[in-house]
Amino acid sequence: MEDAAVEEAEVSGAGEFAPALVAAHPLGHSVAVAVGPELRVFDLKGGCAVSLSDDSGGCSHSDAIRAISFSVDGALFASAGDDKLVKIWKTDSWRCIQTITSEKRVSAVAISKDGLYVTFADKFGVIWLVTVGEHGGGQVSSDDNKPVSIYGHYCSIITSMKFSPDGRFIATADRDFKIRVTSFPKDPVKGAPQIQSFCLGHTEFVSSIAFTSLSGGSSFLLSGGGDSTVRLWDYINGCLLDTYEVKDKVGEQPDETEDSNLAIADLCVTNDDSLVAVAIQSLNGIMLLACDLVAKKLSFLKVITTEKSYIPTSLAYSSSDDLLWTVMGASNMPNQAASQLLTRVRIIPRFQKDLSASADHDPAVLEDSEVPHGEKLLLALQGSLDASKQEEVLAAVLAALRVSMHKMLVKKNYSEERREQRKRGRNDKKIKK
Amino acid sequence: MPNPDEAGGEPDAAPRGLGQMTRTSGANGGGQQGSGKLPRKRFYRARAHSNPLSDSHFPIPISPDDVDLSQHYPRYFPADKGEHGDGDGDAEAPRIRFADVGCGFGGLLVGLSPLFPDKLMIGMELRDKVTEYVKERVLALRASNPGQYDNISVVRTNSMKYIPNYFGKAQLSKMFFLFPDPHFKEKNHRRRVISMHLLDEYAYVMEAGGIIYTITDVEELGIWMRTCLEKHPLFGAVPEEEIKVDPVVKLLSSATEEGQKVARNGGQTFQAIFRRISLQEE
Repeated sequence: MEDAAVEEAEVSGAGEFAPALVAAHPLGHSVAVAVGPELRVFDLKGGCAVSLSDDSGGCSHSDAIRAISFSVDGALFASAGDDKLVKIWKTDSWRCIQTITSEKRVSAVAISKDGLYVTFADKFGVIWLVTVGEHGGGQVSSDDNKPVSIYGHYCSIITSMKFSPDGRFIATADRDFKIRVTSFPKDPVKGAPQIQSFCLGHTEFVSSIAFTSLSGGSSFLLSGGGDSTVRLWDYINGCLLDTYEVKDKVGEQPDETEDSNLAIADLCVTNDDSLVAVAIQSLNGIMLLACDLVAKKLSFLKVITTEKSYIPTSLAYSSSDDLLWTVMGASNMPNQAASQLLTRVRIIPRFQKDLSASADHDPAVLEDSEVPHGEKLLLALQGSLDASKQEEVLAAVLAALRVSMHKMLVKKNYSEERREQRKRGRNDKKIKK
Repeated sequence: MPNPDEAGGEPDAAPRGLGQMTRTSGANGGGQQGSGKLPRKRFYRARAHSNPLSDSHFPIPISPDDVDLSQHYPRYFPADKGEHGDGDGDAEAPRIRFADVGCGFGGLLVGLSPLFPDKLMIGMELRDKVTEYVKERVLALRASNPGQYDNISVVRTNSMKYIPNYFGKAQLSKMFFLFPDPHFKEKNHRRRVISMHLLDEYAYVMEAGGIIYTITDVEELGIWMRTCLEKHPLFGAVPEEEIKVDPVVKLLSSATEEGQKVARNGGQTFQAIFRRISLQEE
């Protein structure tokens, strides 16, 4: 019975569901939202939507974007996804300077600290590297700059990829519960064979990882996964420092259904590393965890609740203006028309002050009218201002969310009976009874 | 219909359980067999190949700390916790030092065991029938040779996917890849157990100076394995003189079932023996 249900869902394409993503410029210049093949960028300085231009000679995205990332200094931006394209953008003009074609679908992308390389991971778990072409007079011949594979997780989907703040390491998380921390060599074109550590402890897929910034010469790694935990790691030695189970606190929410799935959808480090914002797959709101890097402990701070139909799929924090950007949306859902690529953007402001302030002033989500640049921003990033249309789409997203990540990342567990049945006819597996 | 009393009182069923490798089950001779009687291969026939890319359904330890060594090496890890607790001050718990990846029917382990009686070694095999055979074989050997073969064991796993789940950094001093699947088609090369990317992981679990042994009777694969190891910055070839005096090398072609088959047919073998080196800092 269960198996039948699983297969049905596969046929209907729920497994291909692609959540909307958000990324914030590290200096607060702009914010980018990706939903389906659409990349929507809003210039926060100029207060207008950005129109992207492309002179890389490549195609534009034609299928769901799965990963977006700004470089540390904000000068570069990379986007990649199911159409096997990796596009590198210059953020001053929002020109695409390079389009790389991957052999497989791309599931994660990152830009090295020095901004010289872009790494991306494909569906087979291979991590590729390209040199960012300094586009002087177009003398970078495309042959010279083919992506090279620098390492791989053996046949596993990479869910998240980040560079350490000192640029010395690259961390990749996969659906096989693993996080691999690899030395990023000076000349990475020759490969990255030296593994610093494996961070092992998650008992389900790892969905998101984030480094804390460098303080006192060391930084830490945070990870969230399908096992409903957020974990804090000493990534140099691969030691698990603390595990926080989100179950305890989300369970307190009055209207949670029993079968709700509490997989961590996304997490981001905010507020000088003292705070971790966590998006959970069936929590309408954001969970804030206090992260004490001295005691090496994670503890619950509060849940910022949003309206019931709003479950963020992606988070981004911009420190310059203390805003936590959250977005909800999806593409590739069954029966979804292209015109329905709507997302909902919500912003939680004044993060820093709220933390230090006493509990009487709870951080709250901005009303649409309070959003910086108001309707202009919302129209650009959400695709629509029509509330009723939004409701409809978000309801569909909500339904898809409940099953989505599991479809994609959880290993299918066939019943013993079913496996035996599949093996019938094999000579080596005659059942002795 | 099985009698419930019989099922409860009959410990014979125990050794068939997954991952159990305890002294008690050994004493019972593994299922139907009498004490110390070796299992017969005809009852453990398996396909020659298994898909390393498919999702695994067997239990995997979450991390190396999760590997229950007392199940594998009961003599080294006595079940009596109190006794164990007394000695924890001075003696460090032994760790697995050798791994035979794709151990097949376990010939190499059985050959290595008396050569290195103080080293724990484990065979890793993907085919469950074959793993079960090795399990029974080890238990039978332990029963008929008390005090011997306590340092070898086997685990059913996909070592291409889960090596880091079993071993920590620099834990192993020897790794063996004997007569692996050749996977001739180019499209299947990524299924080969030696590849540039997988060597990263093997290098991680091996200590500097540790030795990786590979052998095959397929020339094409022999060249492939040697080329991968030569290209990999963390491995360096072991000089010929050292190979000549290494007692392990003789076992590569003689101890395993595959090796004996090749020898019987007068076939040629291709070895590549490399040392884990540390990367010089620039």
